[in-house]
Amino acid sequence: MQRLWNDCAGGFHPASAPDYLPVDRLRELQLSRLRASVNRCYQRVSLFRQRMQDRGLMPDDLRSLEHLAQLPFTVKSDLRDSYPFGLFASPMEDVVRLHASSGTTGKPNVVAYTRQDLDVWTEAILRCFAACGVHRGDVIQNAYGYGLFTGGLGVHYGAEALGATVIPISGGNTERQIMVMNDFGVTVICCTPSYFVHLLERARELGVNPRALRAGIFGAEPWSDAMRQRIQEDSGIRAFDIYGLSEIIGPGVGIECPCQDGLHVLEDHFYPEIIDPETCQVVEEGREGELVLTTLSKEAMPMIRYRTRDITRMIAGPCPCGRTLRRIHRIDRRSDDMIIVRGVNVFPSQIEAALLGARGTLPHYQIVLTRHKGLDQLEVQVEVTPEVFSDKVGALEALQRQLAASIEHTIGIHAAVRLVELRSLQRSEGKAKRVLDQRTNV
Amino acid sequence: MKLHQLSLFLENRPGALKTPCRLLAGAGINILTLNIADTAEFGILRLIVKDWERARKVLTDAGCVVNVAEVIAIDVPDRPGGLADVLDVLDTENLGIAYVYAFVHGRKDEHAAMIFRFDEPDRAVQVLARHHIHAIGAGDLFARLNA
Repeated sequence: MQRLWNDCAGGFHPASAPDYLPVDRLRELQLSRLRASVNRCYQRVSLFRQRMQDRGLMPDDLRSLEHLAQLPFTVKSDLRDSYPFGLFASPMEDVVRLHASSGTTGKPNVVAYTRQDLDVWTEAILRCFAACGVHRGDVIQNAYGYGLFTGGLGVHYGAEALGATVIPISGGNTERQIMVMNDFGVTVICCTPSYFVHLLERARELGVNPRALRAGIFGAEPWSDAMRQRIQEDSGIRAFDIYGLSEIIGPGVGIECPCQDGLHVLEDHFYPEIIDPETCQVVEEGREGELVLTTLSKEAMPMIRYRTRDITRMIAGPCPCGRTLRRIHRIDRRSDDMIIVRGVNVFPSQIEAALLGARGTLPHYQIVLTRHKGLDQLEVQVEVTPEVFSDKVGALEALQRQLAASIEHTIGIHAAVRLVELRSLQRSEGKAKRVLDQRTNV
Repeated sequence: MKLHQLSLFLENRPGALKTPCRLLAGAGINILTLNIADTAEFGILRLIVKDWERARKVLTDAGCVVNVAEVIAIDVPDRPGGLADVLDVLDTENLGIAYVYAFVHGRKDEHAAMIFRFDEPDRAVQVLARHHIHAIGAGDLFARLNA
């Protein structure tokens, strides 16, 4: 039976049924799961119980989804403060897996999964991949890192459950990645978008053109729509955006469908809200703000109103693909990535989009911040590619001016553009490091 | 009549020029002449070599960004006003020059060989012929330079 469904080229997979739930049924399901989740947290997580009591709230007060807005937030530092296991809602006997994400202060953030949590995760990835048209018979190169990072193993089990052939190559060793991609007839690749750009570039240098490759499922770092356009034009594949974070489950929280107009949130498991990060109030539908997620079915580590620090907005109206799951705009900005230059908020993705607007430049760039006589200096280093290189000084200076003007137009402040040699900027095999902040407070 | 000139992007830092020179040396390729355009932040190295295709491959394989442009080697009378006379002709024909540089050797019959980069190389060839200014063919040039 599974095989019958699975052969229809990603048209539909039985596990995708919740993607198409009638909205009223979906809301009912969400409310009942939410109440159970809040109850579980209240009973088992002392930090959450304390915060509820401080507000004079009881789990039973939650009689509608709108009441969720009264509940306390969970923030990233809560994980650090309760390191390693303080937010667990299951005894260790029921926890079958631990993952950890790199924390900013040296200690990682630990996340836990019960058997059922892993099943939910597998289902989420399966539904995400099916939504991108991936199916049994596809050969998937999983270049996300295997290990404590959730990307590798998360994608692995979901893609296997879909019935696809999974190559657990993990990250790194670019030459071997290209060999495998070509020789094994890989049809779908999973990695960070910046690493795929690097793979493409290296493959071209080696004269390799992996013809079977049809789609890429890219995530784990913010990327702009301009980057997606460039990847699709350069490689001829379809580039899908997948969203997730380890605190919620890992990859598989949201996914683009073939319409590529926003990411469907798998909201039967992960309930989305958008808040104003200043006032912490839920914003009107369609307004931009910080994404807040509540897990509806997690056992080992339920998260109530987790502030993701990712900036997005809800996209109103039904999606032509027929899914009833609400969509969020692609996340190309995280408040964590925001840099403040001379008092102006700047996101690396804005600079990326400005650079990609210029023809022929590859998206290899780095943002360097320095301080000169108390004034912030923003320098954007861009690699010179064969497409833009000229033997005439005037042409290169014109390119510099064009890029600088495009950046200034986008972010509103002046940036110095510095042309650097090809391959002189460091390539990342995982999440790209775009900003080098060398400002010192003297 | 036209020659192939290789150009390389160089960052303005110590050792930047040495890298491509070493690569060509390793491949046994002799640089016949060169010119560097420098700005505060970067430079452009322009090279004339005999086997430009092999040189380009050596440099590209090593990760250099290489541009190929068509330039013209011209016999310029080696006397006061020789270059000015040639430039007069180009000026009257409204032919733009991007840059010019010279060969150290390659002098023949009281003429010095100079490399001209024109904005319109094809029209430049016609103009030079019409005004009897000698554009040096690749074979002749390499013979003069014993390359």
